[in-house]
Amino acid sequence: MLLSARNITKSFTGVKALDGVDFDVRPGEVHVLLGENGAGKSTLVKVLAGVHSPDRGTVERSAGTRLAVIHQELTLVPRLSVAENLYLGRPPRRFGIVDKARMRQGAKRLLDRVGLSVDPDTAVEDLGIAQQQMVEIARALDLDAQVLVLDEPTAVLTGTETDRLLDIMADLRGQGVGLVFITHHLDEIRRIADRVTVLRDGRSVGVLPRGASVRRMIELMVGRTISEQYPRRRQDPGEVLLKVDGLTRDGAFHDVSFHVRAGEVVGVAGLVGAGRTEVVRAAFGVDRYDSGRVEVAGEPVPRHDVRAAVRAGLGLVPEDRKGQGLVLTSTVGDNLGLVTLRSTARAGLVDRRGQRERARGMAEALRVKTSGLDQPVRELSGGNQQKVVIGKWLLADPKVLVLDEPTRGVDVGAKVEIYELVNRMTAAGRAVLLVSSDLPEVIGMSDRIVVMAHGRVAGELPAGTTQDKVMALAVQEFPA
Amino acid sequence: MSSTVGSRRVSVREALADNGALAGLLVLVVALSVSAPTFLSTQNLLNVGVQAAVVAVLAFGSTFVIVSGGIDLSVGSVAALSAMVGAWSSAEAGLPGPVALLLGLLTGVVAGLVNGALVSYGRLPAFIATLAMLSVARGLTLVVSQGSPTTTPDVVSFLGSDLTPYLPVPLLVMLVFFGITGFVLSRTYSGRAMYAIGGNEEAARLSGIDTRRQKLVVYALSGLFAAVAGMLLAGRLSSAGPQAAVGYELDAIAAVVIGGASLSGGVGRATGTLVGALVLAVLRNGLNQMQVSPFWQQVVIGAVIALAVLLDTLRRRTR
Repeated sequence: MLLSARNITKSFTGVKALDGVDFDVRPGEVHVLLGENGAGKSTLVKVLAGVHSPDRGTVERSAGTRLAVIHQELTLVPRLSVAENLYLGRPPRRFGIVDKARMRQGAKRLLDRVGLSVDPDTAVEDLGIAQQQMVEIARALDLDAQVLVLDEPTAVLTGTETDRLLDIMADLRGQGVGLVFITHHLDEIRRIADRVTVLRDGRSVGVLPRGASVRRMIELMVGRTISEQYPRRRQDPGEVLLKVDGLTRDGAFHDVSFHVRAGEVVGVAGLVGAGRTEVVRAAFGVDRYDSGRVEVAGEPVPRHDVRAAVRAGLGLVPEDRKGQGLVLTSTVGDNLGLVTLRSTARAGLVDRRGQRERARGMAEALRVKTSGLDQPVRELSGGNQQKVVIGKWLLADPKVLVLDEPTRGVDVGAKVEIYELVNRMTAAGRAVLLVSSDLPEVIGMSDRIVVMAHGRVAGELPAGTTQDKVMALAVQEFPA
Repeated sequence: MSSTVGSRRVSVREALADNGALAGLLVLVVALSVSAPTFLSTQNLLNVGVQAAVVAVLAFGSTFVIVSGGIDLSVGSVAALSAMVGAWSSAEAGLPGPVALLLGLLTGVVAGLVNGALVSYGRLPAFIATLAMLSVARGLTLVVSQGSPTTTPDVVSFLGSDLTPYLPVPLLVMLVFFGITGFVLSRTYSGRAMYAIGGNEEAARLSGIDTRRQKLVVYALSGLFAAVAGMLLAGRLSSAGPQAAVGYELDAIAAVVIGGASLSGGVGRATGTLVGALVLAVLRNGLNQMQVSPFWQQVVIGAVIALAVLLDTLRRRTR
């Protein structure tokens, strides 16, 4: 046993985050930690790593065991090069001067080990998020850790990148490293896990062996049976609510056209970098576009003007929840009221009572787990934060809501709740544009799927299509 | 965690624990009452209030800026320029006092709008834009005044006078602007937008808040408040000086920060800033009472600023 935690209990300001949890890691195994957001996974990892000391219980490591944690949030320095990041704080030195040649060589070796082919001199900020993740993993490998904790590393990765990461994990397992793997993707668990410990509300509710069924995992995790993973209720579409016509921005996307009708969910699929996010941001007025037009319910939406887009009836839940969706320094209530702040104000004065009442109603309707509207939003778990971002838009009741990766880093239970929100919107005659890299999700929740490749619309597929058909379009090449 | 959504009540004890600056102010007052017997006299306490007034009004303006994630280094210079324009309009151009006063206040607003335009439309970092304004406004003050002090009109001098022996006008002005600041921050669209912009400008923009226009409002308010502070200062002396309020921007920022605001934006309150300004004034006054040399006073005040923010940081970290 490399590491063994017994009967761990940890409370924060009276709330039990962990309650008598046992957890251990053996050499050469992948031990998955599964649970909804807020179940206590991150707290347990912090206790294992010694960041938090438990109120009760013990953590024992066998002599000389080193533990490295790869967090959800990346800890790289964006302006420094890949090599400098890999050797951050401990660069190879000669006579006290950084030995750049040796650093570059070492970096190359580490990058090879994770299968990342980039120049070690590239600035980290110029890498994609997936590549940054790989750099992070490479750094942990060099620390020679016997226990490696990966906290949702695949949340931002594409399919192929995830495959590569799982290969690396299997490779490390073969070398006797003990891996603790946190993920919400049950198929990944099926592929790599040797054991699965399921946490719910701070308790360990079961340890499953390799090959446990997805159904069993979900049941343990949410404490009830979820009948459908993708509970889409389709209906006959109405008039066209969103029309994007020939949208073009040089170097980003070209002649993109599609439409969404009332009561309809249109999915936008494609590889990372296909231009999906760029298109929806431009349509929403965040960024410029060179030509084309956007209409909401037949009315043209002016270019590059978010406020006009909001007035026209558009809403956007952005892909980067913390960077673009939430004001983390503010409370749950203030975040929920952000979009309606202006439309409900009279003579420049905020409708404080109304804003609070609406926020309270929305928090209850969305079942946001919070101690109150005055709780700082940063204290909520990822799924609940996402509900707040969606909730602020629902309060504004847009005609068309664009969801960009709405369930990234969100647990199964909250995912289904978000899907139900989508159903509720379309049942009320609104339209939803669903941008997602999660193929089963796009296929399961959309009524039609627009597939993008290289900044263009590669084709459109009906509901109930297969992943293969989506991928065939997504990798399509266009003549230059 | 529970799924109920209620509101939080704040007790006096929590308010003290939650506001290190207020606790610090009380400790300071008690300590000075013991060590400097004259400190607690009515006259001296009124003096403290008057001394605090100028910095407090400047700092209220800076609170808007800092909450919205910016910084305004120009407020000392803008205060001096506004007062000088007011004094000059009356003494040299012969305009009636109230008109001169309005022109002075307008000067502050215009300077603020220029700052705001440079920051939001010119995309200059706030530090740079307002640093430039610090220099420009001070220079213009010297140009207008030809380098010598100018007599203020009666209406401005009134701002520095005592209404009755126990009611100095600056104290009243400070309280009024305290009220305005609290009201703007908590009740108005612009005030709530400041918190959103300071907390996460991109999220605010993507929520349909016109971040650029709101930043104009922020800096215009800061300029207006600076002008008012300049009038208070000049009124006290019945004269606008070309070198008035030099370095006051740093006191204003210190007051805001002692009051618990975060220089990275999104956090800050009017009460905190008021307490911060009082801490600085009480400290200066107390050190004078104890006849500490002005040289050492600077050292002590610097140390207190660092200490106040340090304690605040530690408190937040242990929570």
